[in-house]
Amino acid sequence: MSRPIDGPETGAGHAGHRLASLTLVPKSDAKATMKDFKSDQEVRWCPGCGDYAILAAFQSFLPELQVPKENLVIVSGIGCSSRLPYYVNSYGLHSIHGRAPAIATGLAASRQDLSVWVITGDGDALSIGGNHLIHALRRNVNVKILLFNNRIYGLTKGQYSPTSEQGKVTKSTPYGSLDTPFNPLSLALGAEASFVARTIDSDRKHLTSVLRAAADHRGTAFVEIYQNCPIFNDDAFAPVTEPGARDEHVIRLEHGQPVRLGADREHGLRFGPLGSLEVVPAQTAADGSLLVHDAHAADPSYAFALSRLDRTDFAHTPIGIFRDVERATYDDAMSAQIDAARARQGEGDLEALLAGADTWRVG
Amino acid sequence: MTKQVQQLDRVIIRFAGDSGDGMQLAGDRFTQETASFGNDLSTLPNFPAEIRAPAGTLPGVSSFQLHFADHDILTPGDAPDVLVAMNPAALKANLLDLPRGADIIANTDEFTKRNLVKVGYEANPLEDGSLSGYQLHAIPITSVTVKALEGYDISKKDAERAKNMFSLGMLCWLYNRPADGTLRFLETKFASKPEIMKANVAAFQAGWNYGETTEEFSVQYEIKPATLPPGQYRNITGNTALANGLVTAAQLAGLPMFLGSYPITPASDILHELSKYKRFGIRTFQAEDEISGVGAALGAAFGGALGVTTTSGPGMCLKAETIGLAVAVELPLIVCDIQRAGPSTGMPTKTEQADLLMALYGRNGESPLVVLAPATPGDCFTTALEATRIAVKYRTPVVILSDGYLANGSEPWRIPEVADLPDLRAEFSFAPAPQAGDEAAGRKPFLPFQRDPRTLARPWAIPGTPGLEHRVGGIEKADGSGDISYDPDNHDKMVRLRQAKIDGIAADIPPLEVDDPDGSARVLVLGWGSTFGSIGAAVRRVRLAGGSIAQAHLRHLSPFPANLADVLKQYDKVLVPEINTGQLALVLRGRFLCDVISYNRVRGLPFRAAELSGVIQDVISNV
Repeated sequence: MSRPIDGPETGAGHAGHRLASLTLVPKSDAKATMKDFKSDQEVRWCPGCGDYAILAAFQSFLPELQVPKENLVIVSGIGCSSRLPYYVNSYGLHSIHGRAPAIATGLAASRQDLSVWVITGDGDALSIGGNHLIHALRRNVNVKILLFNNRIYGLTKGQYSPTSEQGKVTKSTPYGSLDTPFNPLSLALGAEASFVARTIDSDRKHLTSVLRAAADHRGTAFVEIYQNCPIFNDDAFAPVTEPGARDEHVIRLEHGQPVRLGADREHGLRFGPLGSLEVVPAQTAADGSLLVHDAHAADPSYAFALSRLDRTDFAHTPIGIFRDVERATYDDAMSAQIDAARARQGEGDLEALLAGADTWRVG
Repeated sequence: MTKQVQQLDRVIIRFAGDSGDGMQLAGDRFTQETASFGNDLSTLPNFPAEIRAPAGTLPGVSSFQLHFADHDILTPGDAPDVLVAMNPAALKANLLDLPRGADIIANTDEFTKRNLVKVGYEANPLEDGSLSGYQLHAIPITSVTVKALEGYDISKKDAERAKNMFSLGMLCWLYNRPADGTLRFLETKFASKPEIMKANVAAFQAGWNYGETTEEFSVQYEIKPATLPPGQYRNITGNTALANGLVTAAQLAGLPMFLGSYPITPASDILHELSKYKRFGIRTFQAEDEISGVGAALGAAFGGALGVTTTSGPGMCLKAETIGLAVAVELPLIVCDIQRAGPSTGMPTKTEQADLLMALYGRNGESPLVVLAPATPGDCFTTALEATRIAVKYRTPVVILSDGYLANGSEPWRIPEVADLPDLRAEFSFAPAPQAGDEAAGRKPFLPFQRDPRTLARPWAIPGTPGLEHRVGGIEKADGSGDISYDPDNHDKMVRLRQAKIDGIAADIPPLEVDDPDGSARVLVLGWGSTFGSIGAAVRRVRLAGGSIAQAHLRHLSPFPANLADVLKQYDKVLVPEINTGQLALVLRGRFLCDVISYNRVRGLPFRAAELSGVIQDVISNV
């Protein structure tokens, strides 16, 4: 279902609006602060790791949810990013490599009163856990998936990952990696994702706005976060984070706003042949063919075309919300089936179940 | 015409035909009629994994064996008294199992030159005298059926397909079975196709009348009802009993149930069955793979549900890592492994007991858990309750080792009174609620790995409970606090604590019962799982022949009953028959230094009672 384009989205979470993913989650009356969501555990990432910035942004955002901390659950897999649950004072499950989306599916589908977040990385979500990721997205379970993409394996000390650029020289690929990398957003869109966004560890304001939008989405929200690994892949995202360079490369997507890029926003986008997007000078195409961003477009083709702008050289890198559409969630549908069965057939009766259809009496 | 009626105490019938001939259905209906008539019974469906193997070939043969009697019986029987062979392949595939003198009812219409050649018959065995040692009833079943259905507005193909109902009608007459249930069944099954329904009813009645009027059968048989303990009964397969047991257990525990599963033979029926029970609040999740199935179940368990996953051997391999996580985070989880012949894909529709060592040890690290094995189809119900009791009380994964034979085989089952079922109510965290001033005093507000001193179980602290927020994971945890710990002594302690928790369950399960009627036996035959019936039948034979033999059967394989060591010591020899190459025997030798005698056949089929009784006699005579 497509919603009308009505200008930039206002900050959700304010002024009485309950974020869409939380309508069945109890609302906390107590005023919480970032400190309430810090656990007593010492944070043990490498100095300078982008994970610190993401954790801080996440913790300072959490009070905005107005969710009691006992109703917040963070599920992770294996990898540097997957240590995050230990540092947040909520319920947390640090599981096994790649399986967090599956585990979170069982939890979210059976407990709609919880706000469930999955923390994963590029190796965890896209390599060993690729299958669970795509199926979680297609099912549209009400979980928020934050994929910390550093384009490298950190915890195993520096092998190339499924998002590393082809030819990458690492410990396991001294002659260069051979495989073509995944584009996580293209993959998610191909897997029928209903919410797809990208943000950057070092841009706290943008990161927070994307987290807010994810929480305001009922269904699976998929958020790729570019995350710098200073030890094994330092400055991998410099073209989109360095002042000076980033204005050339980053396209900030805002729903209802014209898509502009370049230091002086002098370029726009329009559809080229065969459905791809092309960059054109804004003033040469004043004929209305320049794109205005529509995150709610029912058809994912446009969002997919946007995701393809991101080459490994970061020439044009959109950030923000690519796609945000309403679609029935798996957990809502599962509960509805149970409710409907009970309404139609009544509450289950053990005696009738055990008796089955054909019985006979002895004695 | 009134025919002579002969009394029998038991009969074994095998229906055999092409996969598409409807033999499973005919067998199933005959079983239902036999059950409602009040005979004791035991069944063995045996079919290929291929849905429709090439018609008329040996790999395409599907059969259904039923043993019924006027007394209690334990197995589907060794050798059929009657074989219904719907084509040459069915005859050839089953003839070797028939004792001389057995009845063969053959569908002559299918004994064409082409079909004979397909299975390597040079001459027609119905005509060349090679079956002279048997009671051969050569009946053109297909053409008689088609003729009987001439007046119905159905295709020739549909008329031919009704031949299984003709055969069933004939057998029902021959063995004096009631017909009401089958007629009702046909009315429901073909409710939307009235003409097909009428034709099938007519085919059934034609078969009945054929038996009554033809001179082919000179006698009619009667098998009196068995005297079973009083109560309400139904016929039940192992998979249905397991599904019903899980629903019941969740209700008794007061827990919502979540099943995460991926379709796999022979476990899929449990998923099918449970997916019907939405009105019991049961959530069933057909996952993208085996790993996701168990992962989702564990996620639900973290949230306070009774998490269940169902699978067979290949799926167990894939679930191993997640089961290890359940061991580490100490959450309740029910894992049903409906064993089948392996390794790898093996023989998906055939039975085996070769996953025992995998269930006990098939994970990385020291990873103890509970393993239970039902003994009969009906016992799958009881096992589901016991698994739930232990999983919830001790916060541990429990593996249920059923198998293909129990899953698809059936027996009369006395329906329990709901009021008599055990109270399995789950207790969530028993940890003290956090107190004000805890933090100031340096006390941790909540210790997720503080153990109950009696059970060594940790709190099951579910999300939504204020003050019990905590983080758990697969990384080693500090005793008590549950914080990440790489401390060497802590790891040693935690490894031992996890083992001690499982070992301690031995005090909370029934002791192993030994059936040793005269108390003079020097040999014990010890089994586990689905071999209960075969071993029991073999033991009866030995005792009838004057032999002295003790029998015991393990339902708890981890931990073992506390008295097992003593039981083993009481006998000069212990014989352990298994449908694997000696897995329980290996464990018994290692654990108890008891040099058990291992007897093994791995044919994808249950043991034959005759074979086992011979083995037992040999052991007795060599003591």
